[in-house]
Amino acid sequence: MMTKQTTAVSEARTRTLQRPAAMIGLMAPALAVVAVLFGGGLALGLVQSLGHLPAAGMSSLTLDHFTHVLADPDFFRSLGLTLYLSLTSTLIATAISVSAALAFNALAGRSRVIQFIFQIPLTVPHLVIAVAVVFMLAPNGLLSRLLLNLGLIDSSAAFPLLVNDRWGFGIMAAYIWKEVPFITLMILAVLRGAGSELLDVGRTLKAGRWQCFRHITLPIIFPSLGAAGLIVFAYTFGAFEVPYLLGQTYPMMLPVWAYKSYSDVDLLSRPEGIAAGLVIAAVVTAAIAMAQGLTQAARRRGVAL
Amino acid sequence: MKRVIFGSAVAVAVLLPFVPLALWAFSSRWFYPHLLPELWGLRAWTYVFDTAGAQMAEALFQSVRVAAVTAILSVIGGVPAGRALGLYHFRGKDLLSVILMLPIIVPPLCVAMGLHLWLLRLGIAETFGGVVLVHLTACLPYAVFVMWGVFSNYNPEFEDQARSLGASPLKVVVRVMIPLTFPGIVVAALFSFLLSWSQYLSTLIIGGGKITTLPILLFALMASGDRPVAAAVSIVFVAPALAALAVSARYLGSRRMMGVW
Repeated sequence: MMTKQTTAVSEARTRTLQRPAAMIGLMAPALAVVAVLFGGGLALGLVQSLGHLPAAGMSSLTLDHFTHVLADPDFFRSLGLTLYLSLTSTLIATAISVSAALAFNALAGRSRVIQFIFQIPLTVPHLVIAVAVVFMLAPNGLLSRLLLNLGLIDSSAAFPLLVNDRWGFGIMAAYIWKEVPFITLMILAVLRGAGSELLDVGRTLKAGRWQCFRHITLPIIFPSLGAAGLIVFAYTFGAFEVPYLLGQTYPMMLPVWAYKSYSDVDLLSRPEGIAAGLVIAAVVTAAIAMAQGLTQAARRRGVAL
Repeated sequence: MKRVIFGSAVAVAVLLPFVPLALWAFSSRWFYPHLLPELWGLRAWTYVFDTAGAQMAEALFQSVRVAAVTAILSVIGGVPAGRALGLYHFRGKDLLSVILMLPIIVPPLCVAMGLHLWLLRLGIAETFGGVVLVHLTACLPYAVFVMWGVFSNYNPEFEDQARSLGASPLKVVVRVMIPLTFPGIVVAALFSFLLSWSQYLSTLIIGGGKITTLPILLFALMASGDRPVAAAVSIVFVAPALAALAVSARYLGSRRMMGVW
C-alpha cells in the first residue's frame, strides 16, 4: 500500500507541466553543444556548399554546386549503390532479427550467457568488423583457404569476389553482423512486454503457427521493427568506415564519394563534397522522422517499448 | 536441446569474425593456401609494442585522452538534460528530444565537413580540443539518452526528504542524486567513451592527420597490407569495447545496452 502511494505521488509530479524555462536551463549545456556544433556544422556546411568559400575567391551564393552534384552521373551511381546496399542490408538484418527474437524469446529468455554473447557486436567498432571481413572473405582469406583445403576450389582465382566487389557482399556481411543484435533487442523488448496471453487466445481459437505469427506477433512487433529498421537504414546510408574498407573503387558509396570530393586537391570540388554530405543528412533525417512517427503511433496504440 | 543449438548458433555467428583476427595476430608466417599459420609467433606483438612502440603508445594515449575527455564532458551535459527529459513534462519536450536525437544518427561526416573551415579559422582544427568538440556532437546526445532512461526510473522523493532535513541544493545533488544514479552515469560515460573511441572520419577531417588515434593508425596499417600487425592493433582496439560490455552487464543488465553502433 505504502509503495503504491509513493508511485502515485511521483507519477503526479512527473505529469505536472513544468516551466519550460527551468527545463531549458537543465538542458542548456546539451542544447548548446547540439545547436552550436551540430547545427552550426550543418549550417556552415550549407553556406559552403552554396559557394561561399572566400579562401578560394568565391563569395557569392549560388546553387551551382548542388546542380553540379545533381547533374553528375557518378553521384547517381553512388546514390543508387548506397540505396541498394543499405536497403538490402537492412531487409536481411530485419528478417534474421525477427527469427532470432522469436527463438530467443522461446528458448533462451533467461540465459545470461547467450544474452551477453549476443550483445558483443553492439560494442565492436565498425572498423574492426570490417577488418575481420577482409581477413575472412578476401580472395586469400580464411574462407577461400578452407574451400581450397576441402577441395571445393582449385585456386584462389576460383574463389568468388566477396570484398571490394560489385555487389557489396562484404559490406552487407559487416552491416548484418553489426545490426542484427540491435534490431533483435528492440523487438525482444516488445515481445517480452506483450506477454503470451494473446498467443494463448490465438491457440485456443485453433490458429496455426503461421496464423499466430501473421495476425498476433507481427502486428505487435511491427512498429518497433519498422523503427529499428529505419534507424539501421539511416545509419548504413551515412556510415563511412565499412564501405571505405570493403567497397569497390567505382562507383563508391555516397559517404565515401562525399569525402573523396571533399578531400580532393581541387578546392572547387570541396563544396560538392559538402553538398553530397548534406544530401546524406537529409535522407537520414527523413528516415529518422519516419521512425519517430512509427514509435509515436505505436505509443498511442499502447504497444511501444 | 533446441536451446543448446540456438545458443551455439549465436555463439558461432558472433565469434566467427574474431577467428581470423586471432589467427593473424599470432602468426609469423601464413602463406596462401595454408588453412592455419605455418609458423605461430608473437612477431606482430613485438612489432606493435617494441619496434613501433612509440607510435603505438602515442596513438593509444591520444585515443584514451580524447575519449576520456569527451566522455566526461558528455556526462556533465547529459545528466541535467537526462533529468529534465526523464523526470518532467514540459511544453516542447518532443521537439527538443528529436533535436537532441538527430546528432546520434546524422553521420559525423556531414558535421565535420561543415565545421572544418570554421575550426581552422578559430585555430582549433588539427588540435586535441577541436577533435574533442567534433566527437562531442555525437557522444553527448548519446549520454543524454542513457540518462533519460535512468531518470525515468528515478524517484525524486529522496531529494525532498534530504531537503526537508535541511540539505542545500548542492548537497542534494552530491549526496542523493549522484549516488542514486551512479550506475547509470557509469554506463553513460562508458558508452560516450566507446563512441568517441571508435570515431574515424571526424578525427581524420578535424584532426587533419595531426591527431593520430588508434583507428587512424589501423586504417594506415590496413592500407600497408601488414595483416598480422593490423590484426594485433584491431584486438587492442576492440578490447575496451568488450571490457565496457562486461562492466555494464554487471551494472545494469541487458536493456540499456541497445544502440551503441
